[in-house]
Amino acid sequence: MFMTRRQALLSSAGVMLAGLLPALPAAAQAPAATPRKGGVLTIHLGSEQRILNPALRASTGVYVITSKIIEGLVDLGTSGRPEPVLATSWEASEDGKTVTFKLRDGVKWHDGKPFTSADVQYSAMEQWKVHLNYGTTLQLYLEAVDTPDPLTAVFRYSRPMPLNLLLRALCDLGYIVPKHVFAGSNVLENPANTAPIGTGPFKFVEYQRGQYVIAERNPDYWREGFPYLDRIVWRFITDRAAATAALETGAVQISAYNGLPLADLDRLRTDPRFEVSTRGVEANVFNNTLEFNTRRKELADVRVRRAIVHAIDVPFFLENFLYGLGKPATGPIPSLSPEFFPNNPVPYPFDKAKAEALLDEAGFRRGAGGVRFTLRMVPIQNGEDVPLLATFVQQSLQQVGIRVEIVQLDIAGALTAVYRDWNFDLATGWHQYRGDPAVSTTVWYRSGSPKGAPWTNQYGWQSDTVDQLIDRAATELDPARRKALYAEFVKAVNEEIPVAMLTERPFYTATSNKVQNHHTTPRWDSGDCHDTWLAP
Amino acid sequence: MRILSLALRRLAASLPTLLLILVGLFLLLQLAPGDTVDALMAQMGGGDPAQMEQLRSFYGLDAPVLVQLARYLWRLVRLDLGFSAIYGKPVSSVILERLPVTLLLMGISLCFAFAAGMALGVLAARRANKWPDALISTLGLIFYATPSFWFGMMGIVVFAIKLSWLPAGGFEEIGTGATGLARVADIAWHLVLPVSTLALIFLATYLRIMRASMLEVLSLDFVRTARAKGLSQTGVLLRHVLRNALLPGLTLIGLQAGTMLGGSVVVESVFNLPGLGRLAYESVVQRDLNTLLGIVFVSALLVISVNFVVDLLYAKLDPRIVADR
Repeated sequence: MFMTRRQALLSSAGVMLAGLLPALPAAAQAPAATPRKGGVLTIHLGSEQRILNPALRASTGVYVITSKIIEGLVDLGTSGRPEPVLATSWEASEDGKTVTFKLRDGVKWHDGKPFTSADVQYSAMEQWKVHLNYGTTLQLYLEAVDTPDPLTAVFRYSRPMPLNLLLRALCDLGYIVPKHVFAGSNVLENPANTAPIGTGPFKFVEYQRGQYVIAERNPDYWREGFPYLDRIVWRFITDRAAATAALETGAVQISAYNGLPLADLDRLRTDPRFEVSTRGVEANVFNNTLEFNTRRKELADVRVRRAIVHAIDVPFFLENFLYGLGKPATGPIPSLSPEFFPNNPVPYPFDKAKAEALLDEAGFRRGAGGVRFTLRMVPIQNGEDVPLLATFVQQSLQQVGIRVEIVQLDIAGALTAVYRDWNFDLATGWHQYRGDPAVSTTVWYRSGSPKGAPWTNQYGWQSDTVDQLIDRAATELDPARRKALYAEFVKAVNEEIPVAMLTERPFYTATSNKVQNHHTTPRWDSGDCHDTWLAP
Repeated sequence: MRILSLALRRLAASLPTLLLILVGLFLLLQLAPGDTVDALMAQMGGGDPAQMEQLRSFYGLDAPVLVQLARYLWRLVRLDLGFSAIYGKPVSSVILERLPVTLLLMGISLCFAFAAGMALGVLAARRANKWPDALISTLGLIFYATPSFWFGMMGIVVFAIKLSWLPAGGFEEIGTGATGLARVADIAWHLVLPVSTLALIFLATYLRIMRASMLEVLSLDFVRTARAKGLSQTGVLLRHVLRNALLPGLTLIGLQAGTMLGGSVVVESVFNLPGLGRLAYESVVQRDLNTLLGIVFVSALLVISVNFVVDLLYAKLDPRIVADR
C-alpha cells in the first residue's frame, strides 16, 4: 500500500517536471549541458558544528562542510564503489594484515606545503585511531602505518582487515589532515579544527558562528579545470520551517539529510522548482528502532518482545505519519545495502491476534481494566518522527493490553537515561546504517560495550552465537563468505529481537533545479562538489 | 556624579541577587540528565566511551559538582566567564558577538512597540467607547493573543515567499562585503519582519495600559482646570495628560525588558538571527553550562541597566519622584 502511493507521488513529480519545464528540458538532469564557471552555492545546515575536522568527528554535519575542503584517500564514486581520491591505487596482502596505498603525486595543501605519506600516517595513528568516533573501533587492530617513500603508505594490522570493509569505511572515516599543522600541538585545541586546511577543491575562508561558513575556489586544485563554483556558503538555519522558506526564496539551494520538515518535503516533491529525492544519499540509511530493556522480567521473555512488534502496524505508520517516505524494515541490514542485504522478509508483520496470543502464552493475562503490565518508554529525539512513533507505539500497545508511559527528555537526557543509567523499559530512536554492518550496526548487538556508550547494546541482552558471528564477519576476507555470515547474523538477531528495526528510511534531499550535476554519487552531500555548477 | 553613585549603588544591591541566580542555575542544570559530551555524542551519532571520558576531562566535567561550582565562581570573581564547549572560545567573546544583534532587535522593537502603543492608546482613549476605540482594542487583543512564531512564519510566507518583498531570514546578506550605509540599509531590510513580529505582541500591552491611564488622568481635576483656562483639546492631551499618563507605560518597559529577551528566542529562531536568544537555546540543548551562565549573567545586567534608565526617566517626567530618593 505504501509503495503504491509513494510510487504514484514520485512518478507524478516526474510528470510535472517534464510537463512544466519545457524551457529547461536538458538542464534538469543531463550532464551533457556545458558546465558554467562561477557562482555561489548555498547549502543549508540544521545545527552548528563544534569543530570542522572530519578526522576527529565523524558526523554528517561535519562532512557536509569539510568534505569540500578536506579529502580522504578514497570516496564513493558514481559507480557506488570506493574510487581513488588522494590514493591512486591499493593492494591487500594475502593474509589481509597489510594494505598498501599508493598516493597521488603533486597534491598541495591549501597552505602550499606538499601532501605526503607522513600526513596519512599522522591522520591514521594520531587522529582516527585515537579520537575519531567509529574510527577508534575500525582501527583498533591497526599497529602502524609505514611510509617507505613519500607516496606510499602501508597500513599494518594485527588481525586480518577485509579490504572492502576498510575501503568503504575510509570514505567516511578516512579524511587526511596535514601533519605539519597538527603535530606537536594539543589535537583537540588546534585552531585548524575550526579553520580547516585540506587539499580539496575549496579553501576555507570564514566561519561566522551561528550564521555561516564560507569556502572559495582552490585555484591550485589537483583536478585540472575544477571546481566550477566560485564559492560555497553553508548557512545555519536551526528552525526547519525557516529553512524551507529560505529554500523557496532562493536564499539556499540545497538542504540535505532530512533538513526540512517532512510535511514540507512532501509538499516540495510536486514543486517543479525543486528536486526532492533520495538520489545521492543512498549510502546513509536509517531505521526507526524499538529497543527493549531485557532486565525487565516481562521483556526478558522473547515472546513478549515478538508480541510487541506484532502489535505495531508499521505500514500504517509510514503511510499516515511519514508521508510514505520509507518502508517496513526486515532487520538491521537494510534492503538499500545490496552488498549485504540477505533478502529476508519482515520478521514480525502486524498481527494483533497473534500478539495477544503470544502475551497470553507468556503468562501475562489482562488484569484490571484490561491492562497486562505497564512499560516506560524513552524517545531518543533524533528527528521529528521519533515522538510521533512513540505515541503510535503507545496507542498500538494499548490495544493489546500493555500500557506505555512516555518519558519526555531532550536528546542528551535520553541518551543518558537509556545508555548510561539503563533507566527505561522501551526506547525508540534511530539506527544509522553506514554502508557496512561492521561500521556502526553490529555494536547494537555485540555484548561487552561499556556502560554509557550511546547506540550500543545496553539492553542487558547477550548471545554467544551472535557475538561469534559478529567477530567472525569482521575479520572474514572473502566478500561472499562475509555476506553469508551477516545473513546468519540477521537471522539470529531477528529471532531474539533485542531491538526491533521498525522502518527503513532513506534520507531526503531538496535541491533547487538551478544546481547542475548534483547527487551523482551515493554520498554526494558528503562529497566534494568539484564538478557541480549553477545554471544562470 | 550623583547619577554615577546611584548607578553603582544599584549594581551593588543587585550583586547578591545575581550570585543567587548563577549558583541556583548552576545547580539546577546539574539536575538535567546528560552533559555536554552526551549532547556532542548525539550530534555525532555515537562514539566510544574512552573517547567520551577523554572529552569529559577536556571540558573539566570529571571533577565533582562542588569543585566545578567553586572553579566557576573563582573565575567569575576575576571577571572570566569561562570557555564555551560548543564554540571552543571564551564565553565573553561568544556573547559579545551575539549581543549587538539582540540589543538591536530588542531596542528597535521596544521603541516601536512603545511609540505605536502610545499613539494608538491615546487615539483609543480620545475616542473611548466609539468605533476607533473598538477597532484598536480588538486589534490589540488579537496581536496579544497570537503566538509570535505564528506571526513570524506568516510574515515569511506572505512577504518573503509569496510577494518576495522582504528576505526570509538572516541578519544580513552573506558575502557581499557591503560597508557603511549600504550595510546599515541591508541590516535594516533584514530586520523589518523580525522587529514587527516581536513588537506587535508588546504593542498590545502598551496600548491597553496607555488607554487605561489616559482615561484615568483625563478624569482628574487639573485637566478640567486646563480646559477651563481655554486650552485646546490637543494641547490638554499632549501637554498635561500624556506626560502623566506615560508613567505606567515606562514601568512596563522596565518589567518587559526581561520578557523581550525571552521572546527574542523564538523570533531569532524563526528568522535565523544570530542573537543571544538562539545562543541560549543552543546552549541548553548542547548543555553548554558556561555559555548559558554567561548569558544569564549578561541578561541580568541588561535588565538591571534598563530598569536603571527607566528610573532616571521617571525623574525627568515627574520631578516629585527625585525627592523620595
